[in-house]
Amino acid sequence: MPDTLRARLAIAVAVALATVVVLLFLEIENQWQIALLAIGVVGALVVLEKTGLRLRTEQAAAREPRFSQSAAVIGCLVLAATLYESHFALLMLATVALYSIACLGLTVQFGYAGVANFAGAAFFGIGCYSAALLATHTAIPHLLIIAAAGVIAALIGSVLILPMLRTRGHYAALITIAFGILFKTFIEVNDALGGPQGLKVPGLTILGWSFNEPLRIADGLEASFYLNYALLAVLLAACAFVLVKRLETSWIGLNLDAVRLDETAAAVCGIDIARWKILAFVLGNFLAGIAGAVYAMMSGYIAPNNFTFGDSLILVSIVILGGLGNPRGVILAALLLLVLPEKLQVIQEYRFLLYALLVILILLFRPGGLLPRRLRDYFPKRARA
Amino acid sequence: MKPALLEVEGLTVRFGGLTALDGFDLQLQANELLGLIGPNGSGKTTFFNVLTGLYRAAAGTVKINGLDITGATPQAISRAGIARTFQRSRLCLPLSIFDNLMIGNHRNLDHGLWTNLFRRGALARQLDECLDKAQVLMTIFSKSLAHRMAEPVATLSMIDRRRVEICRALISEPEILLLDEPSAGMTHDETHELMDDLMAARARLPALSVILIEHEMNVIERITQRCAVLNYGQKIREGAYRDVVADENVRKAYLGED
Repeated sequence: MPDTLRARLAIAVAVALATVVVLLFLEIENQWQIALLAIGVVGALVVLEKTGLRLRTEQAAAREPRFSQSAAVIGCLVLAATLYESHFALLMLATVALYSIACLGLTVQFGYAGVANFAGAAFFGIGCYSAALLATHTAIPHLLIIAAAGVIAALIGSVLILPMLRTRGHYAALITIAFGILFKTFIEVNDALGGPQGLKVPGLTILGWSFNEPLRIADGLEASFYLNYALLAVLLAACAFVLVKRLETSWIGLNLDAVRLDETAAAVCGIDIARWKILAFVLGNFLAGIAGAVYAMMSGYIAPNNFTFGDSLILVSIVILGGLGNPRGVILAALLLLVLPEKLQVIQEYRFLLYALLVILILLFRPGGLLPRRLRDYFPKRARA
Repeated sequence: MKPALLEVEGLTVRFGGLTALDGFDLQLQANELLGLIGPNGSGKTTFFNVLTGLYRAAAGTVKINGLDITGATPQAISRAGIARTFQRSRLCLPLSIFDNLMIGNHRNLDHGLWTNLFRRGALARQLDECLDKAQVLMTIFSKSLAHRMAEPVATLSMIDRRRVEICRALISEPEILLLDEPSAGMTHDETHELMDDLMAARARLPALSVILIEHEMNVIERITQRCAVLNYGQKIREGAYRDVVADENVRKAYLGED
């Protein structure tokens, strides 16, 4: 089948190029070179867009979901293998993967069900603190702790959704903002949770394999301990991606869209508005909680200042910049918004200014985001009438 | 006489001091086509909104097949077998024709989390069945639309959108279909065509009853068996079209005192 072959070739080339670009971004230190690379990438993206290549590559990826997902995972593994000694680059890779998971959660809430959540960082933080407390004070296996952190975030979210269901639009968003601020303040004044100084978090251990030990590949060949976390984070992000994609291309995804687009019409068609909003909110916060738990164990230390309203805004801007409702876009945007400021020290101080500017520009010139959401295709591999 | 399919008794809706619907009585038989007419603001759409659970009745009862649905949620009323269209089309514009039809098909779909996420083979089979069903129904209204199921509704013309909206209401196989001014925004010929298609669809769904709100009197004359006239929230006349339009009060309501 030449069509399939051509699609796969296009995907492979795209992933390979993306891998090389990300690798360069992570490895180059010289500020001017990074700026030059950034400008080059933006130029290349514009060219790809104007020539229709971006659209065709995306269509190819949609036609071959399994292949493109595998290619992306292989790309990440190649990155991890190449960077195996570099603490910083692996930390960035893991951070991008974990933030992507949280933003995939926001995509389910905001992109699909239309439930705005401006407390993303708070739910991420609930995951962090749950992991910190459970790992410090109990002997629960760490894999279970990660799952439990997700469940705790989801449970607290399911309490918050109740007042949100009684309000609409901006007011529901305001409730989440209030909750985010409440969460940070609660942690700050609570000495059992470390107060403003924060908490130490034990490193992740799975079946006696301590993630904080450097990975010994062969005699004299040791990888950074961040490689462990990067691999786990990429694995979890891949699972989250498949989960969210399956949710979108199912009757549930359709219900969520119907609820977002027209509550009245949805209700008259028999769709239970509250049920699907709750499901989306709970599932989204579960993902944020899981991401938070791994993040806390990886960084070894958490403090209330990591979970401010500003951090929630970063999560929301990733989701909007990537393309509201498009999981692929989320990962691209997470990469851009998290790596660029770290590497370009010049803009580090102005990162919030940059984010705000980016969101305004995107809303003005490309309201669908970098990769606008495409029509739902339930089973792309099958021929359709 | 058989017990009525839909029984409305003394239905009253108030918005503050305004009584939009005032002690409205109506009976609808199975398989009947009823026209609901009246000047603008006479309470026709209000009746649909209270019937489908969007508004709350201040007084009165609504029964379908003897089951009291007064004050029930829109979802419960949909399950009881009432489907509707809206005067200003309320389709989900960014979604495909197929997706819009499936929103209407809600009560026949499997919404279990486990099936939807992990039993993808079973889901694919349901999808195939639904696609067939949607195409059969859509073909009655437009062959070309039936072959463009994956296109977004936003690109469709007014008449095609209305076709999709009527199909969205019909696909759940309701017992009662409420049509709120299907001719709004369309030409005379388009309306004619749409009504013919509706009659063809009705021939295939034997038990379907229809209440039609319409300003185009020739549509009412052509397809309804009986009509009710509303004025200021009150039913002023009910009967065959010919008798109703001959009525003194109806003429006054429409044309004003003379």
